[in-house]
Amino acid sequence: MNFDPRFTGRKFSSVGTRPLRPDGIDKVTGRARYGADFNMAGQLVGRILRSPHAHAVIKSIDTSKAEKLAGVKAVITAKDLPDLTDGDAAMYDILDNSMARKKALYDGHAVAAVAAIDARIARQALKLIEVDYEVLPHVTDVDEAAHHHAPLINDQVFTEGLEEKPAKPSNITKRTQFGHGDVHKGFAEADFVIERSFKTEQTHQGYIEPHACVASVNPDGTADLWVCTQGHFVYRQHCAQLLGLEASKLRVTSSEIGGGFGGKTHVWAEPVALALSRKAGRPVKLVMTRDEVFRASGPTSATSIDVRIGAKKDGTITAAEATLRYSCGPYAGSWAEIGAMTAFACYKLENVKTVGFEVLVNRPKTAAYRAPSAPMAAFAVESSIDELAREIGMDAVDFRIKNAAQEGTRASYGPVYGPIGIGPTLEAVKKHPHMKAPLKANQGRGMACGFWFNFGGQTCVDLNIGMDGSVSLAVGTVDVGGSRASLSLVAAEELGIDYSQLKAIVADTSSLGYNDMTDGSRGTFSSSMATISAARNAILILRDRAAQMWDIPVEDVVWEKGHAIAKGEKYGNLSPLSLKDIAAKSGTTGGPIAGHSELVADGAGVSFATHICDIEVDPETGATRVIRYTVVQDAGKAVHPTYVEGQYQGGAAQGIGWALNEEYIYGKDGRLQNAGFLDYRIPVCSDLPMIDTQILEIPNPNHPYGVRGVGETSIVPPLAAIANAVSNAVGVRMTHIPMSPPRILAALDAEREG
Amino acid sequence: MAGVAVSTTINGDAVEYLCQPDETLLEVLRDRLGLTGAKEGCGTGDCGACSVIVDGRLVCSCLVLGAEAEGRKVETIEGMAHGDQLHPLQQKFIEHAALQCGICTPGFLIAAKDLLAKNPSPTEEEIRFGLAGNLCRCTGYDKIVRAVQDAANVMKGA
Repeated sequence: MNFDPRFTGRKFSSVGTRPLRPDGIDKVTGRARYGADFNMAGQLVGRILRSPHAHAVIKSIDTSKAEKLAGVKAVITAKDLPDLTDGDAAMYDILDNSMARKKALYDGHAVAAVAAIDARIARQALKLIEVDYEVLPHVTDVDEAAHHHAPLINDQVFTEGLEEKPAKPSNITKRTQFGHGDVHKGFAEADFVIERSFKTEQTHQGYIEPHACVASVNPDGTADLWVCTQGHFVYRQHCAQLLGLEASKLRVTSSEIGGGFGGKTHVWAEPVALALSRKAGRPVKLVMTRDEVFRASGPTSATSIDVRIGAKKDGTITAAEATLRYSCGPYAGSWAEIGAMTAFACYKLENVKTVGFEVLVNRPKTAAYRAPSAPMAAFAVESSIDELAREIGMDAVDFRIKNAAQEGTRASYGPVYGPIGIGPTLEAVKKHPHMKAPLKANQGRGMACGFWFNFGGQTCVDLNIGMDGSVSLAVGTVDVGGSRASLSLVAAEELGIDYSQLKAIVADTSSLGYNDMTDGSRGTFSSSMATISAARNAILILRDRAAQMWDIPVEDVVWEKGHAIAKGEKYGNLSPLSLKDIAAKSGTTGGPIAGHSELVADGAGVSFATHICDIEVDPETGATRVIRYTVVQDAGKAVHPTYVEGQYQGGAAQGIGWALNEEYIYGKDGRLQNAGFLDYRIPVCSDLPMIDTQILEIPNPNHPYGVRGVGETSIVPPLAAIANAVSNAVGVRMTHIPMSPPRILAALDAEREG
Repeated sequence: MAGVAVSTTINGDAVEYLCQPDETLLEVLRDRLGLTGAKEGCGTGDCGACSVIVDGRLVCSCLVLGAEAEGRKVETIEGMAHGDQLHPLQQKFIEHAALQCGICTPGFLIAAKDLLAKNPSPTEEEIRFGLAGNLCRCTGYDKIVRAVQDAANVMKGA
C-alpha cells in the first residue's frame, strides 16, 4: 500500500483533545494485571542465587543438596543455558548476564536458580547451593577502570576505534569520535575559553514494578511467556534464540507495565524462568525483589566528562570539544557514543569534536534510561555554557539563542536539521513569567537545554471494524504512558468517528507482526503512523463496500467525517452511509472490514526542551529544595496534551532526583550499599513543587500529523538546570552529580575558605 | 510449619484463611485470596504500593503479618468503589491523568482516602506530606496532588 507519511497541516477534531484513558478504570480499581498478577495452573516459584562478589571465578557449583529438598522441582546453572549464540557477541553478553558462565562480574550477578512449590522452599533451596568462588580484584569507578593499572574485567577486550590495534587488553572497549571543522583553529579564534571536568554517579530507572514473568515451556517446543516488558517481540526473539526455541512457537504477552523508562528493554531473568520451566516441566513465576532490581537490572552509566568551549566577545561559539567516559557494566555498550553524539546537539557549531570511551566496570550491565546517555553530557555542556556566558558577560538565555541550532544547521553528530524546536523553546523561556519572578535570599534560578534524537522503527497495527460499527485497534508497542488513548484519538481522527467508538489493546506476539522495542520515544510516533495507515486502508474498503451498497463506481465515493458520500449531483438522492451503516451490511458485501499496516516509521523528528528551575540552598546544611520548575518542550503535535504534560513532568521529576539525591553507592568490597528505596531515595511527593509545562508544536515534516516523540527529552535538561540554579543561588559550581547536601556543603566550605 | 487459622473482615466481607506464621498480609491478599490490587514494589515498607487500611490505620501490607489480621477490618483497593460507582478519588485520578503506568495507583488511592478521612480539607503541603510514603516514578506527582485536591472539593460538597 502506498502510504504518504508527509505532514499535511490538516485541521483536527479528535487529535489534541483530552479524553479519559481506556485503561483508567482497571488501574484505579486494582484490576489491571501487571507482571506479577498473572498465574498459571501448576505454577512454581522461581528464585535466583546471586553472586556476593564484584568479580570472581566460579570454580564449581554444587546443587545436590538443593535438589534433594522436598518441594524443589528444578535447579539450574549456566549449564542449563548452553551457548547457542553462534558468535553473536551481543547475544552472548545477554546470555552471560542472565546466568554467569565462568566469572561473576558484579555483586548480584546470577549464578544459579531454583523452581519450587512455594517461595519459602525456593529461598531455602538457594541457601543449600554451594558455590566455590575465587575472588578477583575488582573495579567499580569509571575513571579507575579506564586506567591501565586497573583489574581487567575481560582479557579478550582490545579497545576498538583506535588507529592501531592495541597490544594489550583494556577495560575500554571502544573509542568513538564525532564532529566537524577544526577545533584547534576555533579555539585560536576564541576570546574566552572555559574548560571544566564533571562526574555523574550511576542511577536506576526506579520503576515501581520489579521485573516479573510467568514462563511455561511445553514438551512439544511451544512456550508462553507473560512478562512486563517494553518490547515483547524483542523479548521473544532474544529468549527464543537463547533457549533454542522457534520464535513463532514462543508466544509473549506483555502485561500492563509498571514503569520501564528503558530498563525493561533488556531481557534479564526471563531466559532463566524459561529454562527453569523447561527443566521442571511446569510453569514458573519469577519476580525479582527490589534488592535484585537494584543489584542486577538496569542502571545507567556513571560518567566522567571533560568539556572545553571557546567563544568570541560577541558571544559566538568558535569551538567546542568534549571527552566522555561512560561505564557500561561488565559488557560492551555504546553509551559514551550516544553521549558524544548528543553533547552539543543544541548548538550551531563550526568547529566541534567529541570523543567517547566505553568503560567496563564491575557493576550491573548498563541499560537504557530515558534518553540514555544524554542527561550526563547535557549536564557537562550546559553547565559549561552557563560559565562561559558569565565570563563573556552575556545573559545565559541570550547566549544560547545566539548559538542555537536552526533548520539547515549541520548537527554536531552529522545530519542536517529540518525544522527544530531549540530556538522556539529558548524564546518561550525568555518570555516566560517564571524568568521574571522574584527570588529570595539563598535562592537561585537556572536554565538548561536538552536534546534527544527520537526513534521510529518497525511497527504493525491492526484495525478491525465490528459489525456494530465499533472499532478495535491492536497495536504492538507497549502502553507506557497513555498511548492506547492517543492511538485511539488518531484512529478516531482518521476514520472521522467518535473516540468512544474505539478500543485499543496491546496485542501479543502471536496476534500481530513484529514490532521493535517501545523505546526512543517511538510509541506514539510510530504506532500513530501505522494507525493512520491502517485506518486509510480500512477506508479504502469502506468506500468499496458503500459503492457496492449503492451500486455505483467506487471512484465516486469519498470518505468524509465518518461517512461514505456519493460524489456528484447525479447521486443527490443517496444519503451518506455511516461507518456503522456499512459495517452492519459487511456480512453480505464481502465480509469483515479491517485495515492493516506494517511499516518502518522513518523520520522521527528530533526533540528539544528548555527547562527553568528555582532552587533554595540551605548554606548551613547544603540541603536544597526545588521551589519552582518549568518545562518547555516541542511535541511536534500533542496528540493527547494531558499525557504529553505527564511525560514532561515525569521526566523532569526523574531528572531532579538524579541531580540531587540518587546514586549507586559501592563499598570498597565492590558491593552495592544502597539496594533499596530507603537508601536509594527517589523524589517523593513532598520533595517537589508543581511542575509547569508549556507545549510547543513545531510540526515534524515526516509524520502526517506532525507528531514527534515526547517521552525522553524531559530528563535531559534538569541536571544542568539545577546545577546552574545552585551556582546562581550560592556561587558554587557543582561538577559532581548528585548534588547531595554533603557535596554542596563541601563546595560551600571550600568557597568560604577561599 | 503449621498454618495459622485467621478470621477477618476484608472490604466488609467475612473471610477465613490459613497462612504461615511468617507470611505477610500482602502475600495472603495476593497469593491466597487473589486480591492482586495491592502491589509489591519493595517488600520493605518504602514504596507504599501495597497500602491497605487496617482498623482505620494506613499500613504497608508487606510489613503486616497475615496472622495479625485476625479479628480486624481490612480495606483494600478492591473495596474502594461501591459497585459500579467509583469513589471520587478514583474518578478524579482518571480525570486528572494522575496515573501513567498505574502500578502505584492503588496504594496512592488508599493513602489519599486515609488522608481525606482524617483531613477533609488538606492544603497542597498537607497532601504532599500525607502522600510522601508512596512512590510514583511516572508523574512527578503534579497531577496526583491536583486529583486529590479536586476529589477533596467534590467530597466536601457531597
